Amino acid sequence: MKDKAVITCISCPIGCEIELEVVDDEITDIEGNRCPRGKEYAREEYFNPTRILPTTVRVKNGVLPLVPVKTAKPIPKEKLELAMDELAKVELEAPIKLGDIVIENILNTGVDVVTTRDLPAKKIEQN
Amino acid sequence: MNKQSCKLAVIGGGPAGLAAAQEAYQEGIEDILIIERDFELGGILQQCIHNGFGLHYFDEELTGPEYAQRFIDEIAEKGINVKLDTMVLDVTPKKKIYAVNSKEGMLEIEAEAIVLAMGCRERTRGAIGIPGTRPAGVITAGTAQRYINMEGYIPGEKVVILGSGDIGLIMARRMHLEGAEVEAVLELLPFTGGITRNVVQCLDDFDIPLRLNQTVTKIHGKDRLEAVTVAEVDDDLNPIPDTEYKIECDTLLLSVGLIPENELSQEAGVKLDNSTGGPVVNENRETNIEGIFACGNVLHVHDLVDYVTEESKIAGKAAAAYLQNQLEKREAPVELIAGDNVGYIVPQKITDKVKDRKRVDLYMRGTKPMNNVKISIIDDKEEILSKKERFVKPGEMISLPFPEKMITKLKTDQVTVQILEGGGTNEG
Repeated sequence: MKDKAVITCISCPIGCEIELEVVDDEITDIEGNRCPRGKEYAREEYFNPTRILPTTVRVKNGVLPLVPVKTAKPIPKEKLELAMDELAKVELEAPIKLGDIVIENILNTGVDVVTTRDLPAKKIEQN
Repeated sequence: MNKQSCKLAVIGGGPAGLAAAQEAYQEGIEDILIIERDFELGGILQQCIHNGFGLHYFDEELTGPEYAQRFIDEIAEKGINVKLDTMVLDVTPKKKIYAVNSKEGMLEIEAEAIVLAMGCRERTRGAIGIPGTRPAGVITAGTAQRYINMEGYIPGEKVVILGSGDIGLIMARRMHLEGAEVEAVLELLPFTGGITRNVVQCLDDFDIPLRLNQTVTKIHGKDRLEAVTVAEVDDDLNPIPDTEYKIECDTLLLSVGLIPENELSQEAGVKLDNSTGGPVVNENRETNIEGIFACGNVLHVHDLVDYVTEESKIAGKAAAAYLQNQLEKREAPVELIAGDNVGYIVPQKITDKVKDRKRVDLYMRGTKPMNNVKISIIDDKEEILSKKERFVKPGEMISLPFPEKMITKLKTDQVTVQILEGGGTNEG
């Protein structure tokens, strides 16, 4: 199987447009990268693009109604939207500490979703 | 009136204020007061839930709240005083601060030194004058960020974003992931204002179109935004009439630039720089008013919070030195002039004598994207220092270390910094 792809390298601000030719899961031609880092990035990005997903989940009784969370490590890019759906079902209870686990091993990626800040509970107003 | 005093008052509890306070404490100043108008510390970082912060300063990739929390924890550990929910109304040249909160009422705080760290705010529709009706649904990208990431509101379902700076790009991804349809990101200029990584990971990843050389020429809708008219622009950035087209949408996010928030600085008599919109400062980030320092986005708008932290530490350290009577003026102050292709330089002058200093880092912005450039310092028409870069763009700040040895040997009291294209390294 033969495939062609153009990948913008993000290893540095230049942003080289790297053209790849891939035959049977092997890179047969690579052009446009100005440094070796570009080659490495293009390979990773072609075969296994991953991203950290930062988002929020709902919180009960917190000083804010949401707490920010992220996947502790990058997860496969195509799972980002599925992970959003999973996280939409979650509601935590304040107080929350930074680093609390929200979902373990989300979508069998081997990656946990963790909170990214402390969130105190709402103080109950007097009178 | 409730009268109080402190040695060092820091106005603003965002990344700049927190780093300045922490550094001043480290240098032996314990009587510090941080004044913050929000209900918590951390500033805008609390709404920047995306990752990518801290790569320079912490050598790890953090989210905004994670970056903030490290400083908040340290401030708490050191027991530095903080007044939250407190709005500063006025700062005088004599370093009196007038502020108000609902517990103590009106406050008069006498400070021996002040660090201004109020940050910046976004330009709004009024600042760029888009014609049309005035319906709900036209807000800045940062406001949308706070609604979505902290307060739990999604501002709309069908979105157009005007401006391709990093906030605009990041909000395109955020709104898409939260289920909104992002119709397009429009950019007036022929290049994006954001970093490449954000173009790739916020737009390309989700097939959100970026349209360069286009702008919104009209806003439609009575109560709620119903559509925007978009046009291509010519080389002078004027809309080309027969290129106009309409996009139906209920929300327009504006990401059209940031302005340092210096109303208080001006009240205090602090002189501002027309190019940065922030105070004119020396290398210690001291303003023209002795004992009043400025750092972070109130001084100039930074691309990375890591640089804000570094700069704020300079200001915090200098404020401590001032309070300990250790700031010494040099005989010949040096003025730094932004030359060809340089938008601005911070600091604008070098006026202090600092023991054991090896260099002064100059920060600047190029006026346009350029390849293979040479950044040089010119003294008396002679190039005394140069640095080559393969690439510069206005969205990314350039730093240039100016060695102390050279500063002491300058022939004139005015040096120019310029960026020239084609003077840099060759390809390969």
